[in-house]
Amino acid sequence: MKDLKQIINECKDLAFDLNFTRAKKWKEEKPGRVLVGYMPIYFPREIIHAAGGMAVGVFGGGDRKQIIKGDAYYQSYICHIPRSIMELALDKHMDHFDGFIFPSICDVIRNLSGIFKQHKIGKFVKYMDFPQNFLPQIGGVFYQQEMEHVLEYIKEINGKVPTTDELNHSIALYNKNRQLISEIYAIRQDFPWRLTIEEVYYILRAGTVIPVEEHNEILEQVVAHIRQNIGVPQDKIKVVISGAFCEQPAIGLIKAVEEAGCYVVDDDYMLGSRMILGDIDTTTTKPLEAISNSYIKQSQYSSSIYDVNNPKEYRLAKIVKERGANGVIFASASFCDPSLLDAPIFQNAFNKLGIRYIAFQYSENINQFKVIKEQVGAFSDSIKLWEDEPAAVSNINLTATDSCKH
Amino acid sequence: MSQEAIKEKSMILQKEMIEGLFNDLDHTKELGKKVCYTFVPGNLSELIRTFDMLPVYPEINALQSAMRKKSGGYIKEAEKNAHSEDVCTYVKCDVGMMMKGNIGPTGTKIPEPDVLLLSYTGCFTFMKWFETLKREYPNAKVIMVHTPYQENAKMTPSMVEYMVKQFKEEVIPQMEEVTGIKYDEAKLKRMLALSKEAEDWITKIFDTTKHRPSPIDAYFAGVYYIGPINIGFRGTEQAVEYYKELYSEIQERIRLGLGPITPEGEMKEEKYRLVVEGPPNWTSFREFWKIFYDMGAVIVASSYTKVGGVYDMGWRHDPERPLESLAEYCMNCYTNLNIPQRIDLLSKCITEYEADGYITNSIKSCNSFSAGQLGMMREIEDRLEVPVGFIESDLVDPRYFSYSNIKNRLESYFQMLEQRKMMEKETM
Repeated sequence: MKDLKQIINECKDLAFDLNFTRAKKWKEEKPGRVLVGYMPIYFPREIIHAAGGMAVGVFGGGDRKQIIKGDAYYQSYICHIPRSIMELALDKHMDHFDGFIFPSICDVIRNLSGIFKQHKIGKFVKYMDFPQNFLPQIGGVFYQQEMEHVLEYIKEINGKVPTTDELNHSIALYNKNRQLISEIYAIRQDFPWRLTIEEVYYILRAGTVIPVEEHNEILEQVVAHIRQNIGVPQDKIKVVISGAFCEQPAIGLIKAVEEAGCYVVDDDYMLGSRMILGDIDTTTTKPLEAISNSYIKQSQYSSSIYDVNNPKEYRLAKIVKERGANGVIFASASFCDPSLLDAPIFQNAFNKLGIRYIAFQYSENINQFKVIKEQVGAFSDSIKLWEDEPAAVSNINLTATDSCKH
Repeated sequence: MSQEAIKEKSMILQKEMIEGLFNDLDHTKELGKKVCYTFVPGNLSELIRTFDMLPVYPEINALQSAMRKKSGGYIKEAEKNAHSEDVCTYVKCDVGMMMKGNIGPTGTKIPEPDVLLLSYTGCFTFMKWFETLKREYPNAKVIMVHTPYQENAKMTPSMVEYMVKQFKEEVIPQMEEVTGIKYDEAKLKRMLALSKEAEDWITKIFDTTKHRPSPIDAYFAGVYYIGPINIGFRGTEQAVEYYKELYSEIQERIRLGLGPITPEGEMKEEKYRLVVEGPPNWTSFREFWKIFYDMGAVIVASSYTKVGGVYDMGWRHDPERPLESLAEYCMNCYTNLNIPQRIDLLSKCITEYEADGYITNSIKSCNSFSAGQLGMMREIEDRLEVPVGFIESDLVDPRYFSYSNIKNRLESYFQMLEQRKMMEKETM
């Protein structure tokens, strides 16, 4: 077993490799392999795996890519991630990708799919319209058709039509991936000092750019390490980060929150890798239906999923309660419609529920965090020093969460 | 001495229609009618009327608040309640108006919704908007219609089927439940036949800009022309009558060789013919328009007038396929078209209406329109070698309308057009 520090360093290199070198090498190892880039938030990577491909997460250039061409495509009042994705594409960082998936999360990512089509980037560009109808016979069927459409594109490239067994096998691999990630979060809930949120981030993000089999091995080793009594506890409050599911904060900001006196016990940075809660059925003869049902019936709340019968504020409150967190930090990318439009809903509900929170905005390419660090530090101090019962959320009545099903 | 504006018959007809709707909204209880809040793009007017409901359009309320100079206060009210500065100002104006008592344009309270009909067409923010409203109106029934995006520049049979299933299994049963009225397909078909007729007329009306001088302005006046077809009257005799009358008035203008009517009378000289992409600014609508007509610029086509339906390419409601036709209607609204489709449509307008230039009015808080506009503009410039211009404003937030900046940019743009015209004359 590798040393934990070594694993983390390797994951860090993989996570921020804007040339996607590991994916490129994987493709070159065997004819017929395809690479499909997907944007945040969620995409069922299982289907690409079963079709002999690899789905590769494209989360923007962060603070590691200077934007020159990308700015020519976007006005100043549009978030940063589409311009850095354009920069990566125009600078040929993704020339070895065969196609691109743009999940339906907001108008900006939707229209970015059109710009990719306009520029004929990749052999195919697919805007993946996730259903906002949650009846299996309506929205579920439509979602299966969307997945079939993706598989048709792959077949045009490598001639491969995945069998039921292959799909079930791929689903099983990703089930394992989700189980291991869940275990890391479960251990950190009680022992957050064993692995920092920065390290968790490297490990999860690396998993979006390497084969799932390799990532599962990494996760198994990480779990084995953090089951040991390592690290030294510090006097920090526990918080949940919410709202940073698409454009990613610079790593300095992710670190800054913990450095300022918080343990981050849950977050939505890599929400796509954790979107499906629990396993997807691998025993069925209709695996696409199983994937579809999992999205409809067992997905995490998200700002991009219509939630009227499944109120997100109670879903988040439930996470806060279950993790034993003292509060929530709402971190939204500047000009991020889904995240910012949800802010009043969360904050009004949390005022009533008595859940403490703060909110700030960031941009992927900004790495000056002094003000945010001070804000987080003051939040942490206010809970540690002046509250009689720091775990203020433990008594919340969350009966509304009992109906948290679509 | 101020001169009283002369109103044409079509204007009076439209005023009567809208006053009638608001009057009905003031008396919903007496009339025994349910109230349905919905949006303009992908509006299911005929289906709403099939169930005798009265429509309310939150984005129309917002733009009317802006024209009455009230939106700034409403937006600030919403921002005090955790709404970000950086999101759709229609949403914030609507929320602020609600927080201030929901007083509508006629000065009376707009009734609360019985139904929030979310036909989620071409704008992701609509979904977030109704998530917010649902929390404000917990007793309202929310009916969601997911409209698939034309990502591949077409409406496939599976997309139509998906929507029809939603109509049959979700929308119609819930509307029956709320109103107590049984779905009457024959009634819907009769309305769809009238919709088709109105759509034929409005297409002919916007086609009159092929004349020189153009008898209408297809953007600043166009936003009034699309009123009846977009805000609940599609599928009625009134709408057909309005569009017939409007067409007849425009024909008379063509016969007399007249240009468009502006707030200051007829535009005397048509110097520049333009196509505009993007919604207008509503807070300073008159000042914005004046910059154009003072320079002799007429808008011969605009994408905004297609936001409630694209009829230029021949698509019409079809009474023989009622639900399929409603599905196609929703999917065929402008902002539900992908970027290459938008470029093709605007290029067609520039060519067919012989435009001298193309202007983008980029709206700060409307990503559905704005994201991608710069690339669209460059491609149109390359494809057609037409001079392009770019200005920025906002829908209903007065803080983002900078008159001097916009005027300076447009004056420079018109100088460029003038220069180009002179050069073309010299080379002829």
